Amino acid sequence: MFGAGGGTSSYREAEETNLVILWGSNARETHPIFFHHLLRGIRNGARLVAVDPRRTSSGEWADVWLGIDVGSDIALANAMARVIIHAGLANDEFIARATTGYEEFAACVEAYTLEVAERETGVPAAAIRDVALEYARAERAMICWTLGITEHHNATDNVLALINLALLTGKVGRYGCGLNPLRGQNNVQGGGDMGAIPARLPGFQDLQDPAIHEKFSRAWGGAEFPHTKGYHLTEMFEAMEHGELKALYIVGENPARSEADQTRAVGLLSGLEHLVVQDIFLTQTAELAHVVLPAAAGWAESEGTVTNSERRVQRVRRALEPPAGARDDVDIICDLARRLGCDFGNPTAEQVWDECRRLSPMHTGMSYGRLDELGGIQWPCPDESHPGTPFLHARLWEDPVGGPRAPLFAVEHDPPVDRLTEEFPIRLTTGRRLDSFNTGVQTNEYTSPLRSKEALLISPADGERLGVADGESVRASSRRGSVQVPIRFDSTLRPGLAFMTLHFPDQVATNVLTIDATDPKSGTAEFKASAIRIDKV
Amino acid sequence: MWWRVMAEAVFVGLPKRFVKVSIDGQELDVLEGLTILDACRQLDIDTPTLCQLETLTPVNVCRVCVVEVEGSRVLVPACSRKVEAGMKIRTDSERVRHSRRLVLELLASSVDMSLCSAQVGGWMSRYGATPQRFGDSVATVAQPVKIDNDLYVRDYSRCILCYKCVEACGVDAQNTFAIGVAGRGFDSHISTEFTVPLPESACVYCGNCIGVCPTGALMFKSEHDMRQAGTWDESRQTVTETVCPYCGVGCMLELHVQDNSIVKVTSPLNNSVTAGHLCVKGRFGFQFVQRRKQE
Repeated sequence: MFGAGGGTSSYREAEETNLVILWGSNARETHPIFFHHLLRGIRNGARLVAVDPRRTSSGEWADVWLGIDVGSDIALANAMARVIIHAGLANDEFIARATTGYEEFAACVEAYTLEVAERETGVPAAAIRDVALEYARAERAMICWTLGITEHHNATDNVLALINLALLTGKVGRYGCGLNPLRGQNNVQGGGDMGAIPARLPGFQDLQDPAIHEKFSRAWGGAEFPHTKGYHLTEMFEAMEHGELKALYIVGENPARSEADQTRAVGLLSGLEHLVVQDIFLTQTAELAHVVLPAAAGWAESEGTVTNSERRVQRVRRALEPPAGARDDVDIICDLARRLGCDFGNPTAEQVWDECRRLSPMHTGMSYGRLDELGGIQWPCPDESHPGTPFLHARLWEDPVGGPRAPLFAVEHDPPVDRLTEEFPIRLTTGRRLDSFNTGVQTNEYTSPLRSKEALLISPADGERLGVADGESVRASSRRGSVQVPIRFDSTLRPGLAFMTLHFPDQVATNVLTIDATDPKSGTAEFKASAIRIDKV
Repeated sequence: MWWRVMAEAVFVGLPKRFVKVSIDGQELDVLEGLTILDACRQLDIDTPTLCQLETLTPVNVCRVCVVEVEGSRVLVPACSRKVEAGMKIRTDSERVRHSRRLVLELLASSVDMSLCSAQVGGWMSRYGATPQRFGDSVATVAQPVKIDNDLYVRDYSRCILCYKCVEACGVDAQNTFAIGVAGRGFDSHISTEFTVPLPESACVYCGNCIGVCPTGALMFKSEHDMRQAGTWDESRQTVTETVCPYCGVGCMLELHVQDNSIVKVTSPLNNSVTAGHLCVKGRFGFQFVQRRKQE
């Protein structure tokens, strides 16, 4: 966010804020312990607004539920912005001092009247107006989101629309305010921090900045490495399609099941000249590989760090001996480098981390000793006397503002790529359940009393209209493929909306249905919005 | 208390004063709003507690922490009574010792307290508690262990009704409200709604009730099975802190490992992310890492 890719607040702030908007996030089930902080906030008097197509278990805790049509988030956010501007509740002083692009932004949102927004989002105009006014008037308010915002073809624009609301009202850079993407895995944040994104080196440093490039090259003994940005996941699949990318090294990911439009993904992976998979399991992706490198489990069988959604770097430690033949990721990578003619030595996890601290200013103060002592540290932490940073962007409240101003971006509503038509009239969205995780490789190994067989959830009204019974097996088809799946009625869904998870690919290959339309900036696929039809079998 | 100190550090609330109190003749300054128990701990006076936990709201049910406060007709629970200026507190008078002894005796005569921490045994001997003095024919809560799912068991013959599980399942953490206290008097017991088995109840298997249970009434099924088989051996266990692999919240886990297998998962009470609480995945979703070893 404005140059630092991480949530701006601490979890604790959710306990002491006045309003939380949970936007495209079912945190009660997907981030249960963050939701504990939120519940403490609610007990302390905070109000909760849930923006979600489904009336989820998070929505049950909300004072207001905005049951938005899938993929209309920008229309909602822009209409809220327009309400705030027209009510004179924009923070003009903050906007003038700390932001850029206001004129263009204000002109853009002017078209998003409440009438337009009601039509595009399905949310009653009065509810949109009330939530907008409440957000603007709250002394402290936070917006938190998850994949409901980012698994869209216009993910980046969705995020920008939320950032706009915070900048418009000065609800960032202060305690109890902020913008927080809740990360889906224990080191999504850390992967980005460490440079596992195409254009960045560790600490979000720009690969294409000559001075940065030179600093790393010098530290690595004059090593040569590309000056240009690499591919993100979606671009890799495109490059495979064009025959440009012929060999792939996959570490700890199961794209044969997790990619949207699975049939295409498996086809492309199978067509590679050389596929190496490093994982703790022989996943469906590993089964396609030419070489499989068995790895130790990062969280229980090796040493290192991960970073959470409040930017807290925490230690993971070895509690178990890995199975015979499974090795630590660091050891595998160093051995591989040696075979390729580059000797990294045999560093411990701490030595690797210390190298990172030398090169990444935001991590410099985080020695293993301090991480142990303080129970993790929130970046940035530039030196060993620094306590870490509970919330970001306090600089925006300095006068004059510290560092670059934060831009407001004019972004337009752009509905999901997979259009609803007479042939495919039902909107399928996907998500997680409390007791399961992603493609189920890990969670399907424990016996959860909460688990039931995968099913296509639809509203009882749709069931009646289609003449299908609860439990009846149907054929669900999208423009890409079809699967047979039992129906389950779910009263949290509105008519026209269906829901499935990705947890049980061996029962139902949900990703046969999903669309791989992706956001060009972030590379995220539109898992949240497919158009399907349901036929009796 | 760490969480209050954190709050002071970031959140500018109303300023707080120190108040002067005396405990067992010693004068001390205590931050306004703290409890008598906090004050006792400031002086390193070991005060027995059963239903009290730093992360839970006091429910005042066990009465084992009672102290004498000058001017008060009855003994007061140290865990919940806030300090007041000029309070004169006695923690070791005959009246206090007698009351604590009787509480421990009544509990230990009717409940199996053999899995309580060594600290509880220490209090029993300090106060000379002899539960046997009531004879062999006393009423007990002995009953078969409830095993109705693969994740955790409920052995209510070990339950002292401290309410901690109810609090953790309810407003103090999980807010799921799957269990409550049913019945009256000696028949009071922890129950799901209409006493349904857990899989039919509102339970979401976070196991936060296990995390706060002081008597072993609530227990991982893995621990229960090992105890039944006689293989549970804490002297051979290691406890390693790491971070949960699921989702991006970053909950700190304590992995209890015996013979290279995870046998139990807890989280530290003083962790700023979890306050000791986890979800079903973090608490029970570890099997995948060990199933690899068997293959």
